[in-house]
Amino acid sequence: MNFTRRTMTLGGFATAAAATVPFRSGRAQAEPTIKIGCLTDMSGPYRDLAGPGAVAAAHMAVDEFASKGFKVEVLVADHLNKPDVGATIARQWFDRDGVDVIVEVANSGVALAVAGVAQEKNKVYLNSGAASSDLTGKSCNANTIHWVYDTYMLAKSTGGAMVKAGGDSWYFITADYAFGHALQRDTTDFITGAGGKVLGSVAYPFPGTSDFSSYLIQAQATGAKVLGIANAGADTISTIKQAKEFGIKMKLAGLLLFISDVHSLGLETAQGIVMTDAFYWDLNDHTRAFSDRYTAKMPGTRPTMVHAGVYSSSLHYLKTVTAMGVAEAKKSGAATISRMKAMPTDDECFGKGSIRIDGRCIHPSYLWEVKKPSESKGPWDYCKLLATTPADEAFRPLDKGGCSLVKA
Amino acid sequence: MIMIFGIPGPLLFGQLLLGLINGAFYAMLSLGLAVIFGMLNIINFAHGALFMMGSFAAWMLLNYVGIGYFPSLILAPLLVGIIGVVLEKLVISRLYKLDHLYGLLLTFGMSLVIEGLFRNGYGSSGLPYRIPDILQGAVNLGFMYMPIYRGWVVVAALVVCLATWAIIEKTSLGATLRAATENAPLVQAFGVNVPRLVTLTFGGGVALAAFAGVLAAPIYSVNPNMGDNFINTVFAVVVIGGMGSIMGSIISGFGLGVIEGLTKVFYPQASATVVFLVMVIILMVKPRGLFGKTA
Repeated sequence: MNFTRRTMTLGGFATAAAATVPFRSGRAQAEPTIKIGCLTDMSGPYRDLAGPGAVAAAHMAVDEFASKGFKVEVLVADHLNKPDVGATIARQWFDRDGVDVIVEVANSGVALAVAGVAQEKNKVYLNSGAASSDLTGKSCNANTIHWVYDTYMLAKSTGGAMVKAGGDSWYFITADYAFGHALQRDTTDFITGAGGKVLGSVAYPFPGTSDFSSYLIQAQATGAKVLGIANAGADTISTIKQAKEFGIKMKLAGLLLFISDVHSLGLETAQGIVMTDAFYWDLNDHTRAFSDRYTAKMPGTRPTMVHAGVYSSSLHYLKTVTAMGVAEAKKSGAATISRMKAMPTDDECFGKGSIRIDGRCIHPSYLWEVKKPSESKGPWDYCKLLATTPADEAFRPLDKGGCSLVKA
Repeated sequence: MIMIFGIPGPLLFGQLLLGLINGAFYAMLSLGLAVIFGMLNIINFAHGALFMMGSFAAWMLLNYVGIGYFPSLILAPLLVGIIGVVLEKLVISRLYKLDHLYGLLLTFGMSLVIEGLFRNGYGSSGLPYRIPDILQGAVNLGFMYMPIYRGWVVVAALVVCLATWAIIEKTSLGATLRAATENAPLVQAFGVNVPRLVTLTFGGGVALAAFAGVLAAPIYSVNPNMGDNFINTVFAVVVIGGMGSIMGSIISGFGLGVIEGLTKVFYPQASATVVFLVMVIILMVKPRGLFGKTA
């Protein structure tokens, strides 16, 4: 059995390695080239919320820089949700393939590893998919920007709203890795801060768990009012489905839910669930315009906030490179990042925003409720806006994160 | 309230029952593997992918053709079984004379390809499949709320498992099959078409996986990765039960489901590992597994 397990890992490595081979052309390159590495989950539970859509979003940003005097290449790899695989690919990209910036990386465990590699090699890492607020907290560094959302934002928006609505006792079902623990920790702070209680929690093995019924029964037995679902992607989908199946009477707090999850659950099951996203395709004319272009590339789907983040962060990076010059931008990742922080952000997905010294990109967060089937006009018309948290309140205050870049 | 090891009794009973339900899937999947290994000596790593195809077949029958759950229980295993027969004829049959490892590598590769194709086509979030109306709802057992569908899964799995065991161990067809594995040339000399028997057996094993897939469709979302979550555990179940032993895989399937269920109460972080711990211990004490035959 040991042998077969190892074969699996090797097989996984081989797939990942094959995917990293860039499209090289034989011709000489007169123009300087910027290389963007899109490191994401192409095959696991986060594929639909990031994956191929993230690659398409990176290409959308690149397409807008077609004739600015430099070339942009996009490389793609699958981190298989394994921090060691992700770190190895990041190293190879920086050392061997001349990658300048890594975008995306859905999975906090992998993201924390990649952030370390980016710092060590003085390159740039722009995170969209990973959630752990530690990336701009105790693990922050001068080479990393956290773009879309984080566990603090989710906890404050969804968790805060649930507590306000009377959900003062909680039980957590948590994915047993960096992300799940960070999400539970940040949400717990809000619950206890508001006078609520956490009655218990269970950490389940990630990835590879498909049956949550046993945890759901344990949760129900504690008598807690709210079930905090501290996981993401396919796992969240299974948890919610099975909660309905077993007639769980608790209120479900899907702390991290993407539009792709709602699509998979179907409105029949998902209706009424409250969720927090920093981007929704049908928010305004700008997001709709972006989403229509995205759908042209990825037929039959709408972008998640991760896809929007990959586009937005790649775009801002390329704007900075244009302003700095390619040679300067390639020299030092930290210098490029500090230029990015100095420039205000502005794009169709998140509107006008800014990047803080700790690497936190700042924009409003939105609280959504999933529509009833009767309210929806068709596929992907899933959410109605409940509340907006303004940009300066949506994220953890600068002095509370423990980031070493913030001067006391 | 009765407390057992510091856990309320009702909660523990609930977990035992849930363990049995998961065990039903382990038993069905490991049964197919045991049949294929016991009769054909192929370590079929594509079993998880074929299980997933069973689920997808049910989803496709419903969404493209409008065929509901109960006909799918027969049709989907039939369709996937036919695909299994084609795979056996085209590729797997070429490896019978070689070492087990070749079959393992081939089927492992096949599963990567099959899962990759489905991921490209349908993504990884999973597709919804409704529980049929007649099996909707739940009954209150006092200690827990039991969805009727899950009860149905246990019953269906038990029936299929015991029927398979009876066919192989108690009928003349099964006897011929077992004889063919022992000594193929001799059985062929009696006028039995052994290659065809082998192909059909493989198809039968695959159909079992697909049947489990249809049962799983309404519980788990129909997802290209769904087989992945099971296959490692199921291999451990087969090894614990004794490679190739039919009854062994049924009993250890249900048994390990229960052990895993209890682990989820006492130390959930280990629930994915406990099966392998049991495997190590069993192999140290009985290297051929619980019900393994001597070589």
